[in-house]
Amino acid sequence: MEHTFKAIDEDLQALHDDVVSMGELAVTQLVSAVDAFLRNDREAAARIALQDARLDEMDADIERRAVRFIALRQPLADDLRAPIAAMKAAMNLERCGDLAKNLAKRIPQLKSAPETATAKGLGDLGALVAKRLAEVMDAFRSMDSDEAKSVWQRDADVDALHEKVFRQILTSMSGDPSSIQASTHLLFITKNLERIGDHATNIAELVCYQATGVELGERAKG
Amino acid sequence: MSVEILDAPEVQVLELPPDETRIQVKNLNFFYGTKQALFDVSLAFRRQSVTALIGPSGCGKSTLLRTLNRMYSLYPHQRAEGQVLLDGEDVLARGVDLAALRARVGMVFQKPTPFPMSIFDNVAYGVRLYEKLSRHDLAARVEESLRRAALWDEVKDKLKDSGHGLSGGQQQRLCVARAIAVRPEVLLLDEPASALDPISTARLEETISDLKSDYTVIVVTHNLGQAARLSDHTGFMYLGQLVEYGETDQVFTSPATTRARDYITGRFG
Amino acid sequence: MNRRSELMLRRRIVDLMFKGFCITVTMLALVALAAILWTLLARGVGGLDLDVFVRATPAPNSHGGLANAIIGSVMMCLIGMLIATVVGVLAGTWLAEYGQGSPYGSVVRFLNDVLLSAPSILVGLFVYEVLVAPFHGFSAVAGGCALAMIAAPVITRTTEDVLRLQPSMLRESGTALGAPMALVIREVLWRSARGGIVTGGLLAFARISGETAPLLFTSLSNQFFELNPLKPMANLPVVIFQYALSPYDDWRRLAWVGALLIAATVLGVTIVARIIAREQHRP
Repeated sequence: MEHTFKAIDEDLQALHDDVVSMGELAVTQLVSAVDAFLRNDREAAARIALQDARLDEMDADIERRAVRFIALRQPLADDLRAPIAAMKAAMNLERCGDLAKNLAKRIPQLKSAPETATAKGLGDLGALVAKRLAEVMDAFRSMDSDEAKSVWQRDADVDALHEKVFRQILTSMSGDPSSIQASTHLLFITKNLERIGDHATNIAELVCYQATGVELGERAKG
Repeated sequence: MSVEILDAPEVQVLELPPDETRIQVKNLNFFYGTKQALFDVSLAFRRQSVTALIGPSGCGKSTLLRTLNRMYSLYPHQRAEGQVLLDGEDVLARGVDLAALRARVGMVFQKPTPFPMSIFDNVAYGVRLYEKLSRHDLAARVEESLRRAALWDEVKDKLKDSGHGLSGGQQQRLCVARAIAVRPEVLLLDEPASALDPISTARLEETISDLKSDYTVIVVTHNLGQAARLSDHTGFMYLGQLVEYGETDQVFTSPATTRARDYITGRFG
Repeated sequence: MNRRSELMLRRRIVDLMFKGFCITVTMLALVALAAILWTLLARGVGGLDLDVFVRATPAPNSHGGLANAIIGSVMMCLIGMLIATVVGVLAGTWLAEYGQGSPYGSVVRFLNDVLLSAPSILVGLFVYEVLVAPFHGFSAVAGGCALAMIAAPVITRTTEDVLRLQPSMLRESGTALGAPMALVIREVLWRSARGGIVTGGLLAFARISGETAPLLFTSLSNQFFELNPLKPMANLPVVIFQYALSPYDDWRRLAWVGALLIAATVLGVTIVARIIAREQHRP
């Protein structure tokens, strides 16, 4: 049922749509960053770094509007959970953007595209994380707590793949000492991707919180 | 973004353990003549806390309140069936001493109703009915009640003045002082701040909140913010039924029933 | 636009006509009232002197006063008001507090309304049958009773009305403290309705101070000073009645003085009632 005071519905819908748009941008940033890394495309990397400013703006705007909504509409129940979830989701997406930017910034530091095995590993990890982020934003758009819960439960997959790639890089580091500098960047990139996965899981928890008012339990730490 | 509550129950009423319960309402049905106003209402009011009753006009919250001190007995065509147990004794039973009951269960009304007498006599009125106090003790009791109602400082120099000379907010606090002067166990407040401005409302709410340490307070209110500010438990009523009753923070952040959720968030249809 | 201004014009004309009609009729009434008052003053003041208040009613063609009539009226009005107030306030209270909605209460209210407009001469006849004939004598007590029967319904009605105007929350506040209903009525409701009840009493007094017919049958009159209430007693209305129709100048002069005195009393009492009523509204 709609609110009798229509402005509340309009405000909530606008806030929701903005978070969804922000999510789309964050996913795009991530996919582009991974792609640019695999091809060692420095120009693309530079564009990605600049584009991150837009995500920062959107985060600030969503936070400001969520606070305004709480102050002016004195919301209760799910109306209160909505702006809170929106603010936290925006914050998570902004961090995702920063991590993608960080990834992109490391590309100029690498002299060439990574060698095949590592590239495949990182590519897979990047694709998996991007897919998770897209799935959770999809769950956010439709406020589907079941879909969000399934993302939340599959966090272990991301952690497992991250472990695998991490060890792979360590092995290649110990095998070829001259590659230590490049490998260190790769380690950071791997870590960043895993962190994005964590943020996606956070957003899944927010979807459940907004939809049901119940928080998902402590997830298994990977 | 409208969210449906999954598997929402029709009715959800929190139960309280007996040692925490001051008043237990059991299967209460109420009739104005042939028209039924309360349908099988059961809930427990917790001792030494504030309980709020909310709901749209005509939902029965005031009716429920007025059964607790048998106020409806003034009117021949109103009757109640069921049980209202105050510390285990049913106040709806035949032969209950109404005057004694009302000395234990006090009430403050929507509009301030100071008696046409001095401020001192207003507060002392109920006390004089039941207790034989010396002049000194009576004055002490009046002062204590006025202090508790946060009115002492404003009236201590004009206790002999008529109660009608006070502002609306002061008059209402005078009524609170008058009600607590007889040291009741339970205090019923029927929309006590609806006729008051924000400052008077805030002072009255502070008084009510302070009373909670010694009294069982039950407040009927239209103002959801007030219910959220003041109460520990909240009951939502609709069309004579108790739909949801639970701890206030849970009812206002994650109501279990759709009807309560719709009312609280302003989805009136 | 033309239609609109046509409509407005018609409305203003009708408005002016109606206002004019009201003013004219009011003027007529005021003129009549002024004429009466003027006549009373003109004819009455001339005869006012100290003797009026000191000497008893005279024999024809001799000088005297109205002292015994004044005393008689005062005494009978007092008796009447005493009985009427007690009966009226209690009856009005019963009707307001206990008689709402009960068929018995409706009957009582209806009968009270009938008595309110009962012809006063019938009241006089009734009291004659009950208090005069059996005792073989007119008396001030009988006169007082007759006046009481005229005043009591007025007081009953005003008391009931003013008590019903008290907010029910006031009643409930008293009961909520545990006070029995009788105490709430006495200490809270009557005090709160005080002004209205007093006003009702004063208006009843103004009404009975001029009643003549009932007194004709009950206290009749007395030429001399009489303080025994069991004997016939002089009173202003009957004296006016006797003297106004007489051929003697002195008596006619005294009649006008009496009429002026009654008018002045009623005016004074009404003003006092108004002042009290206004005082109530100032919290």
